[in-house]
Amino acid sequence: MIESLQPHLPVLLIAIPMMTAPLCVLVGRASLSYWLAMLACVVTFGISIQLMIHAGGSSSIRYELGGWSPPYGIEYVVDGFSGFVMMFVAGLATMVMAYAPASVAAEISPSKQYLFYATYLLCLTGLLGMCVTGDLFNVFVFLEVSSLSSYALISLGKTRRAPLAAFQYLIVGSIGATFMLIGIGLLYQMTGTLNMADIAARVPHEEGPRTVLVAFAFLTVGLGIKMAVFPLHTWLPNAYTYAPSVVTCFIAATATKVSVYAFTRMIFGIISSSFAFDVLPLDSELMALSIVGIFVASIAAIYQDNVKRLLAYSSVAQIGYMLLGISMATPGGLTAGIVHMFNHALIKGSLFMVVGCFALRLGSVRLSDWAGAGRTMPWTGFAWAVGGLGLIGVPTTAGFISKWLLLTSAFERDLWPVALMVLASSLLAVVYVWRVVETLYFAPPSESAKKARDAPVRMLIPTYLLLSTVMLFGVWTPYSAGLARHAAQALLGAAP
Amino acid sequence: MSGADIVGLYNYWIVIFLMMTGFYILLARKNLIKSVIGLNVFQTSVFLLYITMGKVRGGTAPIIPPNIAAASEHHQVGHNGQTHASAIEEFATEAFEPLVRASQQLDHAAGVGDIVYSNPLPSVLMLTAIVVGIATTALALALVVRIREDYGTIDESRILEIDRVDGPADSGLNASDSETSIEAVETAT
Amino acid sequence: MSPDQLISIALGLPLITAGLVACLGRWPNARDLASGVVGVLLLIVASFLASSVFGGRRPEWSLGEILPGFEIAFRIEPLGMLFALVASSLWILTTAYAVGYMRGHHESHQTRFFACFAVAIFAALAAAFSANLFTLFVAYEVMTITTYPLVTHHGNQESRRGGRVYLGILLSTSIGLFMLGIVWTWSLVGTLDFRLGGILRPVVESGDLSTTALTILLGTFAFGIGKAALMPFHRWLPAAMVAPTPVSALLHAVAVVKVGVFAILKVCVFIFGADVLRETGASLPYAYVAGFTLLVASLVAMTKDNLKARLAYSTIGQLAYITLGAMLATPSAIIGGGMHIAMHAVGKITLFFCAGAIYVAAHQKNISDMRGLGRQMPITFGAFLLASVSIIGVPPGGGAWSKWFLAMGTVETDTLILTAALMISSLLNIAYLVPIPMRAFQKADAPSTVDWNEAPTLCVVPLTITAIGTVVLFFAAPWIYEALRPIAFPDAGVAP
Repeated sequence: MIESLQPHLPVLLIAIPMMTAPLCVLVGRASLSYWLAMLACVVTFGISIQLMIHAGGSSSIRYELGGWSPPYGIEYVVDGFSGFVMMFVAGLATMVMAYAPASVAAEISPSKQYLFYATYLLCLTGLLGMCVTGDLFNVFVFLEVSSLSSYALISLGKTRRAPLAAFQYLIVGSIGATFMLIGIGLLYQMTGTLNMADIAARVPHEEGPRTVLVAFAFLTVGLGIKMAVFPLHTWLPNAYTYAPSVVTCFIAATATKVSVYAFTRMIFGIISSSFAFDVLPLDSELMALSIVGIFVASIAAIYQDNVKRLLAYSSVAQIGYMLLGISMATPGGLTAGIVHMFNHALIKGSLFMVVGCFALRLGSVRLSDWAGAGRTMPWTGFAWAVGGLGLIGVPTTAGFISKWLLLTSAFERDLWPVALMVLASSLLAVVYVWRVVETLYFAPPSESAKKARDAPVRMLIPTYLLLSTVMLFGVWTPYSAGLARHAAQALLGAAP
Repeated sequence: MSGADIVGLYNYWIVIFLMMTGFYILLARKNLIKSVIGLNVFQTSVFLLYITMGKVRGGTAPIIPPNIAAASEHHQVGHNGQTHASAIEEFATEAFEPLVRASQQLDHAAGVGDIVYSNPLPSVLMLTAIVVGIATTALALALVVRIREDYGTIDESRILEIDRVDGPADSGLNASDSETSIEAVETAT
Repeated sequence: MSPDQLISIALGLPLITAGLVACLGRWPNARDLASGVVGVLLLIVASFLASSVFGGRRPEWSLGEILPGFEIAFRIEPLGMLFALVASSLWILTTAYAVGYMRGHHESHQTRFFACFAVAIFAALAAAFSANLFTLFVAYEVMTITTYPLVTHHGNQESRRGGRVYLGILLSTSIGLFMLGIVWTWSLVGTLDFRLGGILRPVVESGDLSTTALTILLGTFAFGIGKAALMPFHRWLPAAMVAPTPVSALLHAVAVVKVGVFAILKVCVFIFGADVLRETGASLPYAYVAGFTLLVASLVAMTKDNLKARLAYSTIGQLAYITLGAMLATPSAIIGGGMHIAMHAVGKITLFFCAGAIYVAAHQKNISDMRGLGRQMPITFGAFLLASVSIIGVPPGGGAWSKWFLAMGTVETDTLILTAALMISSLLNIAYLVPIPMRAFQKADAPSTVDWNEAPTLCVVPLTITAIGTVVLFFAAPWIYEALRPIAFPDAGVAP
């Protein structure tokens, strides 16, 4: 049975969450649909690990959807890079799902909870689909699947600002997606195929027709919006702030990373880095945008009173680190960028989980209401401190690994100022993380903090599980930096 | 680029005009419904772009006439579409016998052995994109309905003003602590 | 059991203590006993290691690579062994003292206190045994983070401020400069291993690294290792004095600050190489900075009425002695610096123990209020006097030897200004230390009702032992000299 399913794993990865979603709606009961969703997440995670094991070597798994071979049919490709990304996306989805029930019960009205689980699975489907597909138009479709479901998820927030935030995200996100569609169309016009590998083989790599340039520009801007790269990040703070905690946790950990994945794939897998970085000055532009973005967003984060918004700005800054690594276009830099996608997903996921714990007990995500809560909620407070250290990039946490790799590769390319900027910006992270720590532990306790007790164990266990991975991947890197290096080499090797 | 070229590319000019119109509506309109309309115009322009690029001048609808299919059966270039293709062709030859004869005559009349087809793929893609567009529009409208229920207005600038009046009282979590409506703002200002 | 295995045991014991303490939190007696017993075990292990290291062996143990090329590895040489020996023996005494102090003072959160304490010792040992700069950096940062809860133990506004300065300066210097220096070194020579004679010689000789660049690189270490408290990055040390006295005693007289100066010595001798520094003169500017620091710190110490603040500035001055030794880079200066790590540790811990004992018994913090206290607490003030003698550097205090070698170093390098600075500073030491016991032994303004008011026995015994220790070290100095010879005279034949 298992053996016979083996060749079909790439499509099962998509089909299982996609099919479970309507099942959740049909079931219509929160608890049952939760367990269905949980099961789907676990199975998906299992499949992604299995796929990663098989794609771990130099060969990639290619799956022809419906038996139609490319370029007529859609092809699913699992290689070292896409396998890595889909593995951590599925893993985090499972982790967040394990964490979800208590927080969902508190923040989403009971009548909508089964819909939440269904939408969550659809979002996961879209994200995984973006990773697994080898067809450019299919990327757009899955991007929209994940985006539409994330708009819906965000609008589930209890405040009335949530629908507005979702609407604003919808408008901006749809513009981004439509830009992508234009880009894809122009590329199709130039090459006559939608298969990524075929496009890569046919698209001119030297100074080509202007159409390629325009296509590339549209794709870059479209994905830039989805990645929330500075200055296209304006949708992100509101969306993260007003969404329910669980949704923020899931989206922050996965959605932007997958867009970064798609962007990286586009540059190295389709357009080729020599065109993007040598013919066009995209590398220096990306680098400049990343650095400015890191500083602007980090400074903005320092001044936030709403902790969710603080972390949202921090996410914008962290995207900057990923793009910084990718823009170096060396094996080291690319490794740093890719591994930071993973590490940051772990770190930001666990921090948003902590936010959810506090929100549950204190009924607020404003820093002023959190005052003194570290003493009445010791486990939750400690979790914030540990996750915060990861975000800063202190040794023995995962954040350090990415920062270290980024620095060493900046030095390899003699990018002195970049290295200095990265170091200086880490200090800004110290400020915004520690502001919260100090409020938690030293400020006179607020009214709600006095009455609070530690978050329920069923929320703390997933939180600490995720935090322990943050620590684990800070000292043991074969499966984070190792896989990322593998992916980077595959990407650079694939580029002609 | 000669004047004839410019006129000859009229379909692209329409695409660009629609695209910019839609984009402008999106950026300039504060009314949420109008933004949705702008988004639709914007997306529609892309549909046109695809369809226009799929059209080949003088090309016919991309349905393979059975006689051509039968003739080309031996030197088909597909990877593994063989079995599918032949099954379909057999079915087609039986069902469309009269049509085939008619088209053969047409071919003879035109004097061409092979036919120029329009590219079907962009149109197919656009079917998908239209579905996506409908989903987006539906979701956007649903959100607008909810926003209107909560705020009593669909004017973005007024909504933002209400939020500004609410200001820091909003904990970001509870619905209860921010219930200022448009009337309250108007009386306040 | 081979010395290689002993390293893992020596590093594991403090961690086991931390775990035990956390588990036994409910039973204070068992908890404190566990700390003590493991402390003794650690000292025994350290002694075995020491006999092996001073006998010429170099035990090694590797934990494996965290990233390719960056290994967590340990290799003990005499300097590190000396530091580890000092830290582990003083840990036992401090544990005993802390038990007396914390109980006598009815401090809260004692379990957290002792657990963090043990982890800090682990970090000190890991730094002492480190085989490469990467390991040293990781240990250094672990120490910064784990000592933060100790510094802010009281959890009030004052500790919040102190903690902010502490963490702010230590993290920003280490991330902004120390890490920069490490990555720079890595990009220059492709290794971070500590090797006697340094690893930078090839690039210096080939001209890839100009003397100016070498000087800047050394600056990133000299200032980046903020724990060495070289001015202007010294503010954290007085700020950390908000901590309970045992913390100040062990951490800010022994573990934390000594990790700083130890790292500087280690970098100068094993990364740059003493010969390279002497030949290029790259380190001389920093020798002058150290000379400036030790003078100014002594002057500032004189103005402080709060006893712990005065001791803090005294510590800054004494640390500058060691930095000076490293920067002069002559054999006798290096021996003097290394020796001063031990001499100053024992002397300064005695002074801090005394400050704590006075606070527990008489609740006095300010020197001006201590008149006449000496008659009630003769043992404490006697020990204070003895330790002052060692810090000042006159026989029979151990400090006499280290200062002698340092002065020889200044003479050897013809930096007579620095010789003068050393002499003036010693005079200043007399001026700010000796009046304290003198005033205490004077007659009180108002006749006291109490005749005998010593601190709890658990406080008095450790400080007596360390006070005697300062004299013992005076006679043990030749032994330390022999132990450090292989580092200072790398050509003398003994393999490092």
